[in-house]
Amino acid sequence: MELLEVKNITKTYSTHTALRNVSISIPKQSIFGLLGPNGAGKTTLIRIINQIINADTGSICINGENLNANHIKMIGYLPEERGLYKKMKVGEQLVYLGQLRGLSRKKAVIQGKHWCKKLEIFDWWSKKVEDLSKGMAQKIQFISTIMHEPELIILDEPFSGFDPVNANLIKDEILELRDQGATVIFSTHRMESVEQLCDHIAMIDNAEKILDGTKKDIKNSYKTNTYQVEHDGDIQLTESIYEVISQGKSENDNVLSSIKIKNNSSSNELLSELIKHTEVHSFAEKIPSINDIFIAKVKGGGNE
Amino acid sequence: MSKIWLIIQREFLSRVRKKSFLLATLLVPLLFPAIMGGMIYIALEQDKNVEQRTIQILNNSDFLKFENSSKYKYIAVEGNVDQAKIVFSESDDFAFVYIPKLDIENPKGINFYSKSSPGISLISEFEKNIERQIRDVKLLESGISQAVLDKLKTNVKINSFNIKDGEEKKSSSELISGMGYVMGMLIYIFLFVYGNQVMQGVIEEKNSKIIEVIVSTVKPFHLMMGKVVGVASVGLFQFMIWVLISIGVTMGAASYFGVSSGQQVMMKNVMEDLSQEQQLEAAEVNPEVLEVFNMISDIPVLKIATLFVFYFLGGYLLYGALFAAIGSAVDTPADAQQFMLPIMLPVIIGLMGLFMFVFKDPNGVVSFWLSIIPFTSPIVMMGRVGFGVPLWEIVLSMGLLATGFVFTIWLAGRIYRVGILMHGTKVNYKVLAKWFMMKN
Repeated sequence: MELLEVKNITKTYSTHTALRNVSISIPKQSIFGLLGPNGAGKTTLIRIINQIINADTGSICINGENLNANHIKMIGYLPEERGLYKKMKVGEQLVYLGQLRGLSRKKAVIQGKHWCKKLEIFDWWSKKVEDLSKGMAQKIQFISTIMHEPELIILDEPFSGFDPVNANLIKDEILELRDQGATVIFSTHRMESVEQLCDHIAMIDNAEKILDGTKKDIKNSYKTNTYQVEHDGDIQLTESIYEVISQGKSENDNVLSSIKIKNNSSSNELLSELIKHTEVHSFAEKIPSINDIFIAKVKGGGNE
Repeated sequence: MSKIWLIIQREFLSRVRKKSFLLATLLVPLLFPAIMGGMIYIALEQDKNVEQRTIQILNNSDFLKFENSSKYKYIAVEGNVDQAKIVFSESDDFAFVYIPKLDIENPKGINFYSKSSPGISLISEFEKNIERQIRDVKLLESGISQAVLDKLKTNVKINSFNIKDGEEKKSSSELISGMGYVMGMLIYIFLFVYGNQVMQGVIEEKNSKIIEVIVSTVKPFHLMMGKVVGVASVGLFQFMIWVLISIGVTMGAASYFGVSSGQQVMMKNVMEDLSQEQQLEAAEVNPEVLEVFNMISDIPVLKIATLFVFYFLGGYLLYGALFAAIGSAVDTPADAQQFMLPIMLPVIIGLMGLFMFVFKDPNGVVSFWLSIIPFTSPIVMMGRVGFGVPLWEIVLSMGLLATGFVFTIWLAGRIYRVGILMHGTKVNYKVLAKWFMMKN
């Protein structure tokens, strides 16, 4: 079941195209990574989903329904450029933002308090925002994003500026919300967080979608059949189906080699070949990180 | 719609709860009259205690005479001008006047020397004095006796009436100009203070970066209108408090008037026209005080108050929306300066028009047009209404003002929706025009 279906979205500003014919579908209860370098068009897409701006062409459906004003209360949005009213009290602010998302006043108070307690910031409920530390303000921003129990949570660079403790806290909350049924769109150009969290990924570069799929599939399709081996001494592989790509020293003064299998023989065969020549300390398949794929794709390299 | 209501509420409460609001609301009605009263008091005291100034006079004419007054003491000097000038420059005296032998048909060559520049009023006082004496001489020469001349001096006070629907009403253009002046000024001040608050509010939202969260829940246009209306309600609320305070003060003053009337009426007259000294004496009688009160009660308070609220709101909406648009386009208040001039210009023209045309000729061509054109009408029409304006003019002016603010709100809304999401862009009028044309 797809929660969000983006079809053939194009958005042009007078001088440049921000999105060109982009389609993505986001399954329910997934964490969807929207990746791309700065200026690729991620924020434009997110703003279109949030109905801040309109697309020129294309359609967007949530739960099979065309995007409309009723969807505002289903969405929680944490923009990249985010802030709070500095002169307002924390509690008032949360209640106000909750009400803007369609909560009743009473419900907004209950939810705001509940989340403040959960994130251990309730003591600050009646303090002004300008008195908060940056980390606390970030917690409040996060609470304001999810307090109305949205089905779709959109986080634009959520960890930029977060300290590691808060970042972990937020990560755990995101996973918990997903388990409770929420769908999360996660836009970033920082790949390490994607690696841990996302099930699905779409990559946008230069206004166009260049990659789309589950994290597993993408990683597998970018595997190069290369193995990382830690061993003693030199090895001379006689079989031409193996190629030593690089060799270096490991931390334990062993030799670290990257070996590529050029045909489709199995890793076991490589291992048994290696054992004949040297003492093997470790053996692992080299799986490309999202970061590697990202850099390769964005540079225009692609697969191989 | 309920979201606009939420925004209006927030804008209203966040401002009204500030200590500075409470302070301004309470202090302004106390402070302004206090400052004005203080200045008038000082001016009066200064007039009273002014040192008698000595003026040396070299009088070669045979008919001009100068009598000492409380302000000036005249000392006749002899000899030629150059010597007299030297004597004067070595003395401590205030001024030296040289009067040559005058041809009565063509009096020329009177020179006034002083160490510091004399005020215009002193010179014109002198000129009037001499003109009067020459006129008297001429009249005497044409055979009118001194007795008749003395009788010629009369004091005239004109009572002005408005006739309308067969009724006569005593009017006082001084009082009405005073009211028009105060209301025009009030609207002028409100436009700036509250227009600026709207702008600051928008810049704050942009700077604190909350704006994107808000516009993902409401349409930018609704946010802008919520803010504009919210701030307007703060203004009205403040105005209401002021009205209540001034009613209280007036009632207090009215009961006080019975005791010491002269002083207060004097102040009033001084406020209207500092130079009308003769009236001071005339006002020192109780019936005149009563008259002023009667005139106040004759002014159609309800009509003027209604018009004031309409023109305040209309003018505020017209300019407030533009202020919001400017706020949305810039990142800091300093950047906003370059766009302020075109907004401030018509407001200032309105205020100047009020002073230069309306009080001289409330129904003149310039007064008429300034009170019809929406950008100046809120200020100028308030100056005119006290003098009686035909209904059709008021209706036309109000209609155009309403059209005007609908137009500026539409214009501002189109700039605002784009501007609030732009950070760090260098903005000029071309960019604004581009934003205006941009599709959603």
